[in-house]
Amino acid sequence: MSNSKLPNYLEHQGKFKGIFGWIFSTDHKRIGLLYMYSIMSFFVVGAILGLLMKFELIAPGKTIMEAKTYNAIFTLHGITMIFLIVVPGIPAIFGNFFLPILIGAKDVFYPKLNLLSWWLYIIGAVVAISSQFMNGASPDTGWTFYAPYSFKTQSNVLPALIGAFILGFSSILTGLNFIVTMHRMRAPGMKWLKMPVFPWTLYGTAWIQLLATPVVGITLLMVVAERVLNIGFFDPALGGDPVLYQHLFWIYSHPAVYIMILPAMGVISEVIPTFARKAIFGYKAVVISSLLIAFVGYFVWGHHMFTAGMSGTSLFAFSFLTFLVAIPSAIKIFNWMATLYKGSILLRTPMYWAVSFLFVFMIGGLSGMVLGALAINVHLHDTAFVVSHFHFIVFGGVGFAFFAGIHYWFPKIYGKMYDAGWADTGWIVFFFGFLLLYTPMFYLGIAGMPRRYYDYVPEFHFANILSSFGAFIMFGGLLIIIINLVRSARKGQKSEENPWGGKSLEWTISSPPIVENFEEIPEIK
Amino acid sequence: MTENSAHDHYDHEGSKLGMWLFIFTELLFFGGLFIVYAVMRYKNGTAFGLAAEELDVSIGAINTIILLISSATIAMSITAIQLKKKKLTIILLATTLILALVFLVNKYFEWGAKIEHGLYPGSESLHQLGHGEVLFFGLYYFMTGLHALHIIIGIVFIAVMIAKVQNEKLNVDRYVQLENAGLYWHLVDIIWIFLFPLFYLIA
Amino acid sequence: MEKSEEHKIVSFKTYIIILFLLITFTALSVFVTKIDLGNLSIIVALSLAGLKSLLVFAFFMHLLYDKKMYAMMVAGVVLVMTLVLIITFLDYGF
Repeated sequence: MSNSKLPNYLEHQGKFKGIFGWIFSTDHKRIGLLYMYSIMSFFVVGAILGLLMKFELIAPGKTIMEAKTYNAIFTLHGITMIFLIVVPGIPAIFGNFFLPILIGAKDVFYPKLNLLSWWLYIIGAVVAISSQFMNGASPDTGWTFYAPYSFKTQSNVLPALIGAFILGFSSILTGLNFIVTMHRMRAPGMKWLKMPVFPWTLYGTAWIQLLATPVVGITLLMVVAERVLNIGFFDPALGGDPVLYQHLFWIYSHPAVYIMILPAMGVISEVIPTFARKAIFGYKAVVISSLLIAFVGYFVWGHHMFTAGMSGTSLFAFSFLTFLVAIPSAIKIFNWMATLYKGSILLRTPMYWAVSFLFVFMIGGLSGMVLGALAINVHLHDTAFVVSHFHFIVFGGVGFAFFAGIHYWFPKIYGKMYDAGWADTGWIVFFFGFLLLYTPMFYLGIAGMPRRYYDYVPEFHFANILSSFGAFIMFGGLLIIIINLVRSARKGQKSEENPWGGKSLEWTISSPPIVENFEEIPEIK
Repeated sequence: MTENSAHDHYDHEGSKLGMWLFIFTELLFFGGLFIVYAVMRYKNGTAFGLAAEELDVSIGAINTIILLISSATIAMSITAIQLKKKKLTIILLATTLILALVFLVNKYFEWGAKIEHGLYPGSESLHQLGHGEVLFFGLYYFMTGLHALHIIIGIVFIAVMIAKVQNEKLNVDRYVQLENAGLYWHLVDIIWIFLFPLFYLIA
Repeated sequence: MEKSEEHKIVSFKTYIIILFLLITFTALSVFVTKIDLGNLSIIVALSLAGLKSLLVFAFFMHLLYDKKMYAMMVAGVVLVMTLVLIITFLDYGF
């Protein structure tokens, strides 16, 4: 069916030669890989920053750095991981690579805008990171840039703010592109409700990218105006309101976590049915719950601010709405479990990642419920418990889904198969390290250890040792996984076109795909 | 005159959808500022009312009407191009552009007068007046300034459209870019429709 | 993809009438705020602004003449913005 004589997208030579054929390419597949390589590079930087933090925390008191340095490191760790990794993450990599293919299209609606999105990503990243190297101290505000400190501190906050602003544009344009693509470029017969789940999650995500990102954009500009013009919106000395900053910041940053997790859920919704050899259970429920998560997710942001001094009405409303938004997420877990039930399970690397995703995502989600309960939150806010919660759900969620996806789609992307032995070893080492790293933090948070502190009381020492060791082990697992992927991409065994027996459109085309994906646009019956 | 070749990727509806989506981002972008306005106004009602007296309602009203007329002219330019009236299209677009420039000139004088009186973000005179005034003028400059930036971008957009109508890259069969320029311009108009009462009519 | 689409041609006259309405509402909002109605003044002025923007959306931006999908999207976006504003105010008004 797809023994094509046409060059595949990796070998194709267009107007530009060599590296320029990549960084000036408007082919969604190359752009997806550009994102993957840049994101993975920044991820290693962010991971090393995390590792440094865990080195510091392995013993009370100063271990390898001063408190000020620690503040700068967790700030950069957060900025890198949030804005450079998990927000662009899966939409930029797998969305770009596979969305057009999954709906039977040759590319996205605006291929040049797509390339611009990647360039804005790179420029934004460079500007943000330049904050580390300019005259003056590295930003130490945390990735949240809370006022008034963010405009009072002398550290290089300005480049970080501007970098984040530019990155926002990248996100918005990707979202815009995907929405128009899905509305206008589905193949004949590919009705909305015939699309696989992953495009649907990308659709919900795209609307959040479109509607929420501008709010943080204008908020960051307002902080710039505070620093440069003394404008006063968030400055109590001038009549401004710092809590208003928090409202505006989280009005984006909460929906942002759904930008992170919805596509991840989409990937899992592709992997599990393939390896259970069963269609996803309750397709319509999965689609509707995805869109509901996107919608309700706009209205829960205040749960990041329970101790900021909001009104009683506000506290109650946000706690209530937070519990509401958990419902569509939970529905998904039931659907995935029901898909596995009485399935014919094929145990391969992507499936290990998908099933362990279910485990860590549930822990992350349930700990989120704990935090959503007002009375408990008062004790747990800004403790290690919160750090554990969001690493379980974001790192566990997006990270595990990414690894599931990259192993799942590896043969399609490269036409080669990864080494399963090393992949599975990497998975088990990583998974064990992950659990050892983050589980003790739940205990530490309940016991009272604050977050963003480089020191702690001696009672917390043992749990911190366990956690830091977990970090080293996890990092080891990460190295195994990444090295295996890189080596297999270069010298892996040639793969067949549909090694897993997948049912969606990408498995009907050649591995690697030809430039226009399909020799003929398919007609869906 | 224009054939639908096999490689013609012209998708009128898709292009229009893309523009609408961009407009949504602009609504949310300005929306953040409207939220700040609403909260600050709620907390400083009297001071806002007093500060608003510094603004000249007539200039504000004239500018509002200028923008409304410019919206009408650009809307009519689309009818003109649909009726294949190339010259009328250009006249209407040029009118839009001139009205936009007049708006900016008015703004320039308005701002100039305020700045001469020492009323600008960070100024000593402003701080002397009190919190409500500081916030009112901070919002005034930020919001009308951001709006003016969008007008400038719109002027460039319209100028490009005029050129394209002139060399017939835009014509009765392919005019979605002109429609999109119109959509953008109407958005700029709508933002001002709200800025006007919120800054000029609350004295 | 549709090959030939009927794009409604809106008459010049319609635009002029709408413009006239817009200018009238503008004048009205200026007039209303010159009378001291207290809090009501700003509510009337904003309602008139809302009405004006509705006219711009419906006629100038063609929502009335285009596929319903666009109007639904606009309504959805306005709904989200309104809800966000209201929920923010829960922290200030109460």
